[in-house]
Amino acid sequence: MSDAIVETRGLEMRFALPTHFLSREKPVLHALSGVSIKIMPGETFCVVGESGCGKTTLGRAIMGLNTPSAGEVYFNGKRIDQMDEAERKPIRRDMQMVFQNPYASLNPRRNVFETLAEPIRHLMPEKTETEVRAQVEDVLAATGCDPSWQRRLPHEFSGGQRQRIAIARALVTNPAFIVADEPISALDVSIQAQILNLLTDLQAQRGLTYLFITHDLSVVKHFGTRVAVMYLGQVMELADAETIFEDPKHPYTQLLLDAIPKLEGGSFERPRQPGELPDPVNPPPGCPFAPRCSIAADRCRSERPKLRVIPGSTTQAACHFAE
Amino acid sequence: MITWRGFLNRFLSDPVAIGAGIVLLLLVLMAVFAPLLAPQNPYDLMQLDIMDSEMPPSWMPGGDDRFLLGTDAQGRGVLSTIMYGTGISLLIGIGAVVVQGILGVTLGLIAGYKGGWIDAFLMRLADIQMSLSTLMIAIIALALFQAAFDANVYADYAIIMLILIIGIAEWPKFARTVRSSVLGEKNKEYVDAARVIGLPARKVMWKHILPNTLTPVLVISTIQVAEAIMTEAALSFLGLGMPVDRPSLGSLIRSGFEFIFSGQYWITLYPALVLIALVLALNLLGDWLRDVLNPKLRRGDD
Amino acid sequence: MAMLEIHDLRVAFPRGKKDEVEALRGIDLTLEKGERIGIVGESGAGKSMLAFAILNLIAEPGRVSQGTIKFHGENLLDMSERKIRTIRGNRISMIFQDPMVTLNPVLTIGTQMIETLKAHQRISTREAHQRCVDKLKLVAIPSAESRMDAYPHELSGGLRQRVVIAIALLTDPEIIIADEPTTALDVTIQAEIIALILKLCRDNDLALILITHDLGVVAEVTERLMIMYAGKCVETGRTRDIIAAPKHPYAAGLLKALPQNAQRGSKLYQIPGSMPPITALPSGCPYHPRCARADDGCRAAMPPLENGVACFHPLNENAEASI
Repeated sequence: MSDAIVETRGLEMRFALPTHFLSREKPVLHALSGVSIKIMPGETFCVVGESGCGKTTLGRAIMGLNTPSAGEVYFNGKRIDQMDEAERKPIRRDMQMVFQNPYASLNPRRNVFETLAEPIRHLMPEKTETEVRAQVEDVLAATGCDPSWQRRLPHEFSGGQRQRIAIARALVTNPAFIVADEPISALDVSIQAQILNLLTDLQAQRGLTYLFITHDLSVVKHFGTRVAVMYLGQVMELADAETIFEDPKHPYTQLLLDAIPKLEGGSFERPRQPGELPDPVNPPPGCPFAPRCSIAADRCRSERPKLRVIPGSTTQAACHFAE
Repeated sequence: MITWRGFLNRFLSDPVAIGAGIVLLLLVLMAVFAPLLAPQNPYDLMQLDIMDSEMPPSWMPGGDDRFLLGTDAQGRGVLSTIMYGTGISLLIGIGAVVVQGILGVTLGLIAGYKGGWIDAFLMRLADIQMSLSTLMIAIIALALFQAAFDANVYADYAIIMLILIIGIAEWPKFARTVRSSVLGEKNKEYVDAARVIGLPARKVMWKHILPNTLTPVLVISTIQVAEAIMTEAALSFLGLGMPVDRPSLGSLIRSGFEFIFSGQYWITLYPALVLIALVLALNLLGDWLRDVLNPKLRRGDD
Repeated sequence: MAMLEIHDLRVAFPRGKKDEVEALRGIDLTLEKGERIGIVGESGAGKSMLAFAILNLIAEPGRVSQGTIKFHGENLLDMSERKIRTIRGNRISMIFQDPMVTLNPVLTIGTQMIETLKAHQRISTREAHQRCVDKLKLVAIPSAESRMDAYPHELSGGLRQRVVIAIALLTDPEIIIADEPTTALDVTIQAEIIALILKLCRDNDLALILITHDLGVVAEVTERLMIMYAGKCVETGRTRDIIAAPKHPYAAGLLKALPQNAQRGSKLYQIPGSMPPITALPSGCPYHPRCARADDGCRAAMPPLENGVACFHPLNENAEASI
């Protein structure tokens, strides 16, 4: 399985927290601790978790927006996290990103054409101005944007329209791989379906690979190929999107699934005890989920479980007791 | 974001803004077209006559129709000198703000975007600069300059010196404003989007972040022009600014001040009124701009 | 007579010098003791406006231009500010999306709770303290006694929202208005809070007005449902009935667009376009530009709310057909 389009090996991300310059303590936030994933061409790899689990940091590390503290990032077999800008530039065409908030991801002072032309001009300097224009119009048509939008500014558009423009920007250099960081969570319900359908269509037409970051498991169920469930900077469970709903292995995954409100109702009849994410600055020595886990034993509090294939399935889970 | 049309509507619906705008426009036009409008060229020694000195305004006994607002001790018409002097004051004010802006915006942008020790260093530098009064720096620098060169050289370079000194002394105001806006902007996703395509930091800063931080810069620029004009007037009044033969509003006020107790108040009064009108108009416009461009105070139609 | 009766409520905002636009355009709502009603709509539909109007909290320059809000037969809109304060925050409490709107960051939880209680009741500080601790225990805050001395920032988001709920319950209100109480929270925390609200309402015979965009949450919590679109109620009825068989094309579209209702891998149903802003409403039914069933009648006149649905061409029970 070395033909992954994107692979991370033992990715670590630590952020030093601001302190007084005389203070002796140097608190460090562990955003990612040893994340290894492989994303295969053409699939929709979903990363699910709650805020603070490191899912956004993972996407940003792959895109090179944050430099990993340790570990490696590969794109088509080439290590990219240590490349200098000149080496990395040709690869940037093939990797793009769609952000969560369409109200912040478009520069408010640039019209749509300028926003879309910039990636081509920077990453494909060989293109003539006519080609740039043609490419921008093609991508606008492909993402369901009207060609007349080109001279208008972002504030003239609704959230859904802006997200289409942001998707168009990500596609304008014809990338193979797109990181989509919660691309629908800032949108209204009736618009979410439009954007999800657009992403599905584009994947079919262009053979795109997605890294889809979300907190919403129902989207994963509909949209994902494989899914990684993250908690406190670690992958807790890695499974096919279909199997994870039928047969979740990790207790945290089960908790997440239980938390989804159902249209049939009736799943919140019993009170639930407050559970909290442990402090990411001082993570517990054992399993990070142990303090909330109903089946946790002493071993869980002392020894951190490794991601392992659960016998009799294709799922991998980081739990001593998963079976 | 506010459109030009919305901006214009706002302007036209605010009497204070219209008033301040008209006053400023009149003063600027007067200064720009002074060579055409002024009855006399106060820089041209050939046109001056010592016999005309210290004449009162034309409507007073002893006044002369050639000099509407009277003349000063050298026989220059007060009206003409005001027209030319306003130009010099405005030139120094705007010039100083351009210098402040270039320095302050560049350093503020770098401090805000790069962060870390560069930020700490530049901001401490700004703190030090701010803790020294502009006037004090200017007095020391100009006094040294006056002592080092003779009066003719000084007269030739006075404008440039004033622009540079007031400009350099006040950069921290721009730097701080820009830095705080940059800190707000640089974590927005459009900046990440620009970094994803691998734009170098220089381009991200100047092409993406800077245009989104210009609103507060515009507001403080207006107020800083007024401030610079005041600083220049104060320096000139102390005898450290513009020389008497190329007077700014400040040096005019000073040149008349010696005569104020002997009754020739007009030499000081009229330039002072123009100075007040100019500074007030600029400050009112600055305040109005701040209110209009501040999205938190704006509501409704635009 | 119902406990709360809202009739033909309209809220208007000035546009320009003479003109006005209506954000709420004639809302009728009744609430019985202990009843839980959900108000669902996209952003801009006017659902939060309704909550503010009920408490007579519409901010300048907006105003309630028409209608009555009767609480136990007395019109809240005619009351003096003094009188309304004996009701608002006392007999009708509110929970907001962001706990920090309610909590003052510089005061301890205890100080704030005791102040709130003493503002509405003559009670000794000692007694107030005890009541506050009791309420914190009621919302299952661990070590309630010591949390009284904590500042809001020392608590996690989930605990903060529990504190806000405890504050809302302090005065033993009859109605709680909850405006997106779980939107800012993570899925597992949301589940805890939903379960808590549900339990509290049941145990204390509390009436609840739950404002949300999430149909799943509404289905779990409420008995009745009102769907809003562009300042109007388009459908109302029993939650279970609407979710099983929506009559209004918009309600049906919203439900059909949810990923959990779609076949995995298939395209989602999508409602075209987006909701018009209240400043640019179309003639007739505000939904007609997005509606496949619309005809000239819909374009000409606004359909009245009849049998719980405001539509000239409602879907009938077994029509899976076109929406």
